[in-house]
Amino acid sequence: MKKKLKIVTISGFLIGVGWLSNLLNFNPLIFDTAMVAAAVVAGYQVAISAYNTLKMKVISINLLVTIAAVGAVIIGEYWEAAAVTFLFAFGSYLESRTVGKARDAIRDLMDLAPNLATVIREGEEKEIAAEEVEVEEVVIVRPGEKIPVDGRVVKGKSEVNQAAITGESVPVRKEIGDEVFSGTINKNGYLEIKTEKVGDDTTFGKIIELVEEAQEEKAPTQKLMERFSKYYTPGIILLSIISYFFSGSVRLSLTLLVIGCPGALVISTPISIVAGIGNGAKNGILIKGGEYLEKSGEIDMLAFDKTGTLSKGEAEVDQLITYDKSEAEVLRLAAIAEFNSEHHLARAIKKKAEKTVKTEIKSPVAFETHTGKGVTAQIDGKEIMIGNSRLFKEQGIEIKPEIEEQKNRLEEEGKTVVIVAENDQIIALISIADRPRENAYQIVEKLKQVGIKKVVMLTGDNERIAESVANELNLDGYRAELLPEDKVKAVEEYQKEGYKVAMVGDGINDTPSLVTADIGIAMGAAGTDAAIDTADITLMADNLNKLPYAIGLSKAANRNIKQNVVFAVLVVFALLAGVLGQKVFLASGMLVHELSVLIVIFNAMRLLRYDAA
Amino acid sequence: MKKIKLYLEELSCPDCANKVEMVLNKTEGVKKADVHYTTSKANVEYDPDKIDISGLKKAVAKTGYKVEKTK
Repeated sequence: MKKKLKIVTISGFLIGVGWLSNLLNFNPLIFDTAMVAAAVVAGYQVAISAYNTLKMKVISINLLVTIAAVGAVIIGEYWEAAAVTFLFAFGSYLESRTVGKARDAIRDLMDLAPNLATVIREGEEKEIAAEEVEVEEVVIVRPGEKIPVDGRVVKGKSEVNQAAITGESVPVRKEIGDEVFSGTINKNGYLEIKTEKVGDDTTFGKIIELVEEAQEEKAPTQKLMERFSKYYTPGIILLSIISYFFSGSVRLSLTLLVIGCPGALVISTPISIVAGIGNGAKNGILIKGGEYLEKSGEIDMLAFDKTGTLSKGEAEVDQLITYDKSEAEVLRLAAIAEFNSEHHLARAIKKKAEKTVKTEIKSPVAFETHTGKGVTAQIDGKEIMIGNSRLFKEQGIEIKPEIEEQKNRLEEEGKTVVIVAENDQIIALISIADRPRENAYQIVEKLKQVGIKKVVMLTGDNERIAESVANELNLDGYRAELLPEDKVKAVEEYQKEGYKVAMVGDGINDTPSLVTADIGIAMGAAGTDAAIDTADITLMADNLNKLPYAIGLSKAANRNIKQNVVFAVLVVFALLAGVLGQKVFLASGMLVHELSVLIVIFNAMRLLRYDAA
Repeated sequence: MKKIKLYLEELSCPDCANKVEMVLNKTEGVKKADVHYTTSKANVEYDPDKIDISGLKKAVAKTGYKVEKTK
């Protein structure tokens, strides 16, 4: 790189000297000598490389440029020779500078990889390379340090910035038993972590590998461009020879050689893709390759798999209606009664109680489960009963009409309702639901803003739940009570209607429909390799925040690719017309060629800064 | 057949990638090579009986580029 800059500087200086001597009316010999020297300085490496590759019977752009420059010197066009080689060297210097920036997006990500880990070996704390930690070994991570492995917390608690994985910098609480990822940063507490995965096997390692591979995956447009240039270059060489025989103009033939390599065209697609995928990777969005970037730019319909995407996928206490009792007391009694139950409704109640009840919740006496109906228990000498109406009917407890009415209303909203009684007196109704995520409504709105025409939900849940969620989130449609194969059929039907469908799921239960859709998007995939493998686009964070960003980015990338391709094709034909019309010669041909490549690169670089969604 | 990733020093033009790719593909013992301009990386499938890693590096060197690391 430095050497390139030196070559460009010296060659440029010599050209300056040449023009200066010309201006001062010195002997023209000085001008000619300076120009030839400039051409030699800028071109000798190009010529060496051309010679080496020619030995392997490969015709490279270097060879074409060398022939053009040497030819120009032979016919006495010293300035043209100097300009062609100088512009070629300067252009490729600038190109590698700017392309380097696009590559840096990934390199920045790689720099987040942890280097060192602190472990205890032979009773002593030791710092070793992160890859050398052994599975099952415990590593120590102090505040401010990077977590070096994938594993689980065995001691301590802290907040961890998981931006390296999820793209979100809001810290996440980690306690004993919680999963932590390599590359994330321990903010404020001391942690001991039992190692599960090391080095390339970690989620972070996988991301890097995937991103690298994704950038190499060739998009359909790119393949087309490469095929075109494969024929274009030999075609131009042939044209150069033919035109010499017809017109006898060496200058024309040499100029044709200079424009024989459609650089802007070749680079137009891959550079946009690298920038797009790089931007995504920094934001916790893994795009599997250029093909998917192009495809998802065309998506106009989004289908959600409800459980775990639009909703959190776990039951939560929604409403608590009490009768002559405080909410806290009801929750305390209910949580104690459910202490030994692992039912998902019981878990929801206990979770809510943990947050609101101050006193300790301990195991009750005389606990009894009535499968499919509820539980009974004795607490503080009182008989507590929690369950559905079947349990109450069985136990002969009457439900008053006004309570029954409230219960029915909640159930119509698609919620599950449990009744709580103390000594045969009903004290509360607790409604439990799998709530939509807090920002699901805004996400749906934003998706519309980035160009999605229709947002629908395909769910295994019952009609009532599906309807209430669809209404609450203002969806354009829903289908309920679907089995995985029904979801596949639904996606196929939408596709037949002419929609380009993206399916959003957790990537585990909904694999068939993710594969069927034009684009499969898995979310919350940090730590689940299967989801990353199945999906075309993966959102590492377990929330919807990055979904509009991912779609918006794809659309922007798609537009960017189109702009680049159209521009590059126009340049190719304009140059060809200019050369054949004798308007463009060696130096100006090279100038336009190099400029067009730079413009294409700069346009693609805008994708690195894409940030609106 | 063995597969290897060659990380090259930064390729300076898209055509350079094509050049390295063609040279590698014409090298004895290389079954298939694809070189990516955007990542400056060559994925090579080769016959270890006919060519070794240093042979691959030499082939790349002919095009004027160095192999920085292999994997």
